[in-house]
Amino acid sequence: MGNITLKNVHKAFGATVIIPDIDLDIADGEFVVFVGPSGCGKSTLLRLIAGLEDTTSGTILIDGREVTDEAPAKRGLAMVFQSYALYPHMSVYNNIAFPLKMAKVDKDTIDRKVRSAATTLNLTNYLERRPGQLSGGQRQRVAIGRAIVRQPKAFLFDEPLSNLDAALRGTMRLEISELHQQLATTMIYVTHDQVEAMTMADKIVVLNAGNIEQVGSPLELYRSPRNLFVAGFIGSPRMNLITGAEAAKHGAQTIGVRPEHLKLSTASGTWKGTVGVAEHLGSDTFLHIQVDGIGQVTARADGEFAVDHGDQVWLTPEPGKIHRFNEAGEAI
Amino acid sequence: MGVVQHGLSCGENLIMARRVSTRHKVIATFAAWLVAFVIFFPILYMVITSLKTEPEAIAGINLIPSFTLESYVAVQQQNDYFKPFMNSVVIALGSTLVALIIAIPAAWSMAFSPTKRTKDILMWMLSTKMMPAVGVLVPLFIIFRDTGLLDTRIGLTMILTLINLPIVVWMLYTYFREIPGEILEAARMDGASLSGEIIYVLTPMAVPGIASTMLLNIILAWNEAFWTLRLAAANAAPLTAFIASFSSPQGLFWAKLSAASTLAIAPILIMGWFSQRQLVRGLTFGAVK
Amino acid sequence: MATRQTRTLARFMMAPAVVLLLIWMIVPLSMTIWYSFQNYNLLNPMTRGFAGWSNYVYFYTDPAFYQAIGNTLMLVGGVLFITVVGGILLALLLDQPIFGQGIVRILVISPFFVMPPVAALVWKNMIMHPGYGVFADISRFFGLQPVDWFAQYPLFSIIIIVAWQWLPFATLILLTALQSLDEEQKEAAEMDGANFLNRFWYLTLPHLARAITVVILIQTIFLLAVYAEILVTTNGGPGYASTNLAFLIYRTALLSYDVGGASAGGVIAVILANIVAIFLMRAVGRNLDR
Repeated sequence: MGNITLKNVHKAFGATVIIPDIDLDIADGEFVVFVGPSGCGKSTLLRLIAGLEDTTSGTILIDGREVTDEAPAKRGLAMVFQSYALYPHMSVYNNIAFPLKMAKVDKDTIDRKVRSAATTLNLTNYLERRPGQLSGGQRQRVAIGRAIVRQPKAFLFDEPLSNLDAALRGTMRLEISELHQQLATTMIYVTHDQVEAMTMADKIVVLNAGNIEQVGSPLELYRSPRNLFVAGFIGSPRMNLITGAEAAKHGAQTIGVRPEHLKLSTASGTWKGTVGVAEHLGSDTFLHIQVDGIGQVTARADGEFAVDHGDQVWLTPEPGKIHRFNEAGEAI
Repeated sequence: MGVVQHGLSCGENLIMARRVSTRHKVIATFAAWLVAFVIFFPILYMVITSLKTEPEAIAGINLIPSFTLESYVAVQQQNDYFKPFMNSVVIALGSTLVALIIAIPAAWSMAFSPTKRTKDILMWMLSTKMMPAVGVLVPLFIIFRDTGLLDTRIGLTMILTLINLPIVVWMLYTYFREIPGEILEAARMDGASLSGEIIYVLTPMAVPGIASTMLLNIILAWNEAFWTLRLAAANAAPLTAFIASFSSPQGLFWAKLSAASTLAIAPILIMGWFSQRQLVRGLTFGAVK
Repeated sequence: MATRQTRTLARFMMAPAVVLLLIWMIVPLSMTIWYSFQNYNLLNPMTRGFAGWSNYVYFYTDPAFYQAIGNTLMLVGGVLFITVVGGILLALLLDQPIFGQGIVRILVISPFFVMPPVAALVWKNMIMHPGYGVFADISRFFGLQPVDWFAQYPLFSIIIIVAWQWLPFATLILLTALQSLDEEQKEAAEMDGANFLNRFWYLTLPHLARAITVVILIQTIFLLAVYAEILVTTNGGPGYASTNLAFLIYRTALLSYDVGGASAGGVIAVILANIVAIFLMRAVGRNLDR
């Protein structure tokens, strides 16, 4: 089981408030991602759940039991750190075995569990090596192995992929998702990368300045962002946000249209513009277009859409895909 | 991309290495060895002189001695080298161990739960090092005289512990600070108690730092030459006092003086040679990497 | 709670070191201040009494006092100059690719491990002795009159000895700093058309600033307290020509048994050292915080 509930959790360092007041429910087996720009309090929130920081006020429940004042080890959670935090003086085997040793598990059981975790994570050939002799991806897997063997109620991940290069990040993303399918244990995952959030999460918690901006499934956030912040943060490339006369036509302070919801034509359309930079990704082409009376707009075109710098194009927003926001930045 | 770049710079280094080698390297080598010889010369000459007979020792520059050990024998017979040697060993090791016992917890807490004042406390500790010893010589002499600590190993050990404590704390602090906090947090998450954290994680990672702090402190304590000269006379006098006693002119017994000096510095010199790489980092209080 | 506990524990663990150093600082210092206002001579301990400022006046008006301060500054300044400049040059040399670098390093660091009385005696008797020293032999070889170093240039001779002891320290620290200079930075400067001197001035020297500060801080701590080298070689003479402040106070205290006078000198030394310390800590603190 791994239900985690936060009630009115508040965290301040002296006069600096990091997290004003948060309520959150995480169901057993859920993959929850905390996402937000750096400094938004997402890591602090994770550390509060882990018990590595004290809450200033409020309560934290795990499986209905209050753990607010309990030591990290007693909470039955496991954490994977950004720097992996492997013990440099221990072999991979001993790193993975460490939590079991601390729990005074007998030797045979430790051996069995370490070997099975190593098999799951493709580490069998590296068990005698030191962390210093491993590549980034391998270290990451050792850190995960160390978390798995404890069979925790929940896994906590603190930006675990940010030290890896892009290709490896993609692979590890898949591995972690697969692991979640296998174990069906609650996972809380902190990242600033909205792609990671969208691809892995069952539920995304978007944080900004310590406040929860919106909670929902990836597609919910994508389809109906509750405010401008979420609209701008979720989705890549970013949603085009347009103010002024064009927005007023729709009865809003700001309107937003995602690049993939703009129809492109070389003949006719709603908005006329001039092509600036074209980024060819092969499957898609992203066009940065200077639209008359609106400004810079990004649009996604087919990979083979043939335009050049300086060409005239027409854009038409898909009906029903225009997001409208009021003066407070909230969705109407 | 990263891989490609790496490959390129490797190739460049190879070309660079080839370009500098030969002539440049020979000239640099010659200059460096010459300078090193000049710097090392007084020590070398001392060792050579210690292997000469007394008449040889004052007969002008002569780098090939007759390799006699008679001066060493004479030093041992006249002055009993082993007593001050044992005093030096006891005082240097004793003060280092006591200082470590006091400093390890202090440095640990400063490194792992620093407060706003940690930096100030460290600076203050270092500033006590700047207090001139002569400023407090008189009261300490009187305290030691009245408590019977004068000319005892315990008394000197206490003093050397105190004067080196700030450096020990600072050095350990810089070493401990480099142990990433996340590792301790990981141990905590993994269920290690405070003692488990210290035994299984912290200590193994801190041992290299503690070892080099210990080495440096032994060297400083061994070579300390103010308090050891002033607060010890006969019973507890370490090698510094033993050697200083040769300064009073007893004629020109230079081979013996050299033999005694060689004996006094040999243990530390050899220890220093083996540990010089670790020492350099420690000496800078971690300020130079 | 866990972290709150740790914090209390941390205070507790820091206590022994802090308390010991506090006692070490306060007790002898307050005793020194107390004695400095007393008439107290160990030769006739019966005539003790309040002395007012007379001990200070005695010290303050003693011409030897000013000479000692001057000598102290000369000694510290001279050694710092030689070791920093020499250390930079040596470090640049040792940073080149050379054969047998390990052995050269060991030879160069060696003087640092030599205890002060040995260093002083070896230099006094075997290197700088006017009759039998190596310098004298060399002078005679060139047909020159040997120099009686300790009689003619006592302070300079001591500066040489102390500089010899500290040059290895400066060299090794500067060398370590030098080796951490980014190779690509040097190459970038080379591409930008900087010659060796330019690179040294605009790249190497600023990079070494931090290491130089550390060298100056640590050496000053030890150089203000130079004692054994003077005791063993010149005993402060001739006259007061090689007496630094530390040695002057030692002379007053243990040669004329004047506890009051020596204490007054001690207080003055502490005050002067604190002035230097404040300067240094400021400069260093700024440089180290970067």
